[in-house]
Amino acid sequence: MIQFDRFQLANGLRVIVHEDVSTPMAVLDVLYDVGARDEDPGKTGFAHLFEHLMFGGSVNIADFETPLQLAGGENNAYTSNDLTNYYIQLPAENIETAFWLESDRMLSLAFSEKSLEVQRKVVCEEFKEHYLNKPYGDAWFKMRELAYKKHPYRWMTIGKELSHIENVQLSDVQHFFFKHYRPVNAILVVAGNVKTAQIRQLAEKWFGDIPAGEKYIRQIPQEPVQHEVRKLEVRADVPLDALYKCYHMASRTEQGYYVAELITEVLGGGGSSRLHEALVKEKKLFSQIECYHTGSSDKGLLIIEGKLIKGVKMADADKAIEEELEKIKAHAIDEKELTKVKNKTESAILFEDMSVMNRANSLAIYELLGDANMMNTELGRYQAITAAEMLETSRQLFDPNNSNTLYYYSNN
Amino acid sequence: MVNRTIAPVIKDAVEFELTLPPYRQYTLSNGVEVFAIDLGNLDTLMINWVFYAGNCYEEKNMVAAAANSLIKNGTSKHNAFAINEHFEYYGSYFNRACNHETADITLHCLSKHVSELLPMVSEILTDSMYPGEELDIYKKNKQQHLQVSLKKSEFVASRLIDAYLFGEEHPYGKYSSLEDYAALERTELSNYYKKYYQHGRCLIFVAGKLPAGILEELEKNFGGLQLRSHRAEAEIPDHRILPAAQKKYTLQNDPNGVQGSIRIARNFPNRHHPDFQKMQVLNNVFGGFFGSRLMDNIREDKGYTYGIYSYLVNSKQESALMISTEAGKEVCAATIEEVYKEMKLLREEPIDDEELQMARNYMIGTLLGDLDGPFQVAARWKNILLNGLDENYFYEGIRIAKTVSPEELQALAVKYLDPEAFFELTVI
Repeated sequence: MIQFDRFQLANGLRVIVHEDVSTPMAVLDVLYDVGARDEDPGKTGFAHLFEHLMFGGSVNIADFETPLQLAGGENNAYTSNDLTNYYIQLPAENIETAFWLESDRMLSLAFSEKSLEVQRKVVCEEFKEHYLNKPYGDAWFKMRELAYKKHPYRWMTIGKELSHIENVQLSDVQHFFFKHYRPVNAILVVAGNVKTAQIRQLAEKWFGDIPAGEKYIRQIPQEPVQHEVRKLEVRADVPLDALYKCYHMASRTEQGYYVAELITEVLGGGGSSRLHEALVKEKKLFSQIECYHTGSSDKGLLIIEGKLIKGVKMADADKAIEEELEKIKAHAIDEKELTKVKNKTESAILFEDMSVMNRANSLAIYELLGDANMMNTELGRYQAITAAEMLETSRQLFDPNNSNTLYYYSNN
Repeated sequence: MVNRTIAPVIKDAVEFELTLPPYRQYTLSNGVEVFAIDLGNLDTLMINWVFYAGNCYEEKNMVAAAANSLIKNGTSKHNAFAINEHFEYYGSYFNRACNHETADITLHCLSKHVSELLPMVSEILTDSMYPGEELDIYKKNKQQHLQVSLKKSEFVASRLIDAYLFGEEHPYGKYSSLEDYAALERTELSNYYKKYYQHGRCLIFVAGKLPAGILEELEKNFGGLQLRSHRAEAEIPDHRILPAAQKKYTLQNDPNGVQGSIRIARNFPNRHHPDFQKMQVLNNVFGGFFGSRLMDNIREDKGYTYGIYSYLVNSKQESALMISTEAGKEVCAATIEEVYKEMKLLREEPIDDEELQMARNYMIGTLLGDLDGPFQVAARWKNILLNGLDENYFYEGIRIAKTVSPEELQALAVKYLDPEAFFELTVI
């Protein structure tokens, strides 16, 4: 059971405090309710580029890193299609330094032309490092475009193309900041060796006078239900053929999400999972195969992805996956396998919650989803899932008319 | 209104009293030592079996790694699937890793399941069969995986720089080929297993909020095995380090590559050398973290790369100082030039007080975070003990981080940041 206190400042900033006296550290986590799904289709990659600019100096503090390091702290941030999260970990005695730094950049950035110029280049190098200079690096760009026709999940967090990042102007940056980076659109979590009363006072002191801003009302096109089999073939200079299949699944808070999570464990979680056992070990069609999902807030994707053994035909590999999916659609899983995936989920949650940084991060995300206390009820939801529910959800998920298949052929 | 131009008062890291929580040591009947870290308040447990079975003991390339990886792929009682299923049924993680001197198996589990899991680990350590079919699958899949990795410039660069530093025959410098995997034989793995696992020298780390009876469980499952103490007499292989004669290399790996993987590295003494821990401070300023000079200049000022870091390689016989980055193809030469400029600055000018204070505080502050939790403490102890050191090394490191002077660091830069001593490699 994760204990926490929750309050809100007059400007709308939601604050959550999780006390843990067993650690000498404290974590300050600020989550902004904005991600790549909130971008303009002509300016993709912006939310992530913006995250880089948050380190380029704020209105009263030219250099974010130096004072934090002087306080013995470290920090990082990430952007997803759904949200942007910033976190600082430092010795608990120095927690006020984190308040000072994070509140100043919520108050206003410095909007430096030099920072924008440099970070455009840095993000272009990040794009190259992770997506252009890697075999299969473009597969996800293609998969998203195949699976999503309307929803902004059709582009990657890094952006659709380099030119979108290269063309960003300082006026875009200012506009985005004052639209999304306001207290009313943010959640602050402080966890570790701190006291709620102390955090309340610090939150008022440093964040209390920041103008509330306007609540951002998300209006993005939802993806229409897919009613067709979709296939795409590409060829590239890669050593092996690869196969990707993905299926639309439930959004993060729906029951179907939890069921799909357990289905991915049955199919792809570890050495005793069905796809590994049948297709890597028994039939020897794949050298590796995985099953996972995007964990998205809106309706996400469940993915099966594998690399074919040299000489195996794509159609045969695909057929073998389909046969496994037919099994999970035809027969309810037995008690032992159900217990296994539930035990795995329990364990994964407990190990993840060991670190105070993960706990802070999870509290922020659950609060964004509607209630930080979901952190304490998640396991119960997984444990209540029945084999019948999994059968039912498998049938919906693995309907061919819900499938998107990418044949990624090697030129060699 | 709060004055935002004034930073809050901080407690300087030099004032933090850092302690490394001690272990308790036990010896099983067969002499195997157990190092127990009883910390934390969660019912999660880590048990780590360390064997002197790393690749410095192998006579043929990749045998050590394969013997380690396939150790859980079948006993006379359970096939690979049944073993995997057993660990996964209890939500546990059973991992293997093969290093240069040692090879590990590690179990992470909920404390309530440990009694169900240890007998299977014991079975794996006494009765692993290395079935031929499992080896065939392993060989094929590793070959395919290697083919994909070889398309990545960073993978190729990391292998080659180690070969230049230590020599292609040295355990630190040799690397895998498709032929190495093809040549693996079942009997070689079985023999390696018998010698280095079944009858191997072993030590055990156990960490977490230790459940009552855990030591009895370890004794029951492992005290009667033919394992030996890690202090037992053994032939220690003597591998000579033979750095390459040529210092500078460029390689075109991918004709369509848009970035170059740059590695600049020199040999450096191991942790027993008095310069080692001082170098960690200098390295911090140079390229050890986000606020370092390399990052500040090459990423935050020039935008040549998404990241650039320098570090001391964590190996026992000898270390290396490594600078590593991926930079745009057209700015690789400029990146390398800036790295040498930063070395020159460190040789020619003492680090100013504020920058050094920042590095000290950062090191101590992050060390405080790194020691937060039983698994982290166990990892720290493991590194100390496996390198033949004791807790004095830990406390001496803190003393150095707090007190080393700008003059000492400049002298160190003059001694070690000499461009002539560095290998330089760009792979596109």
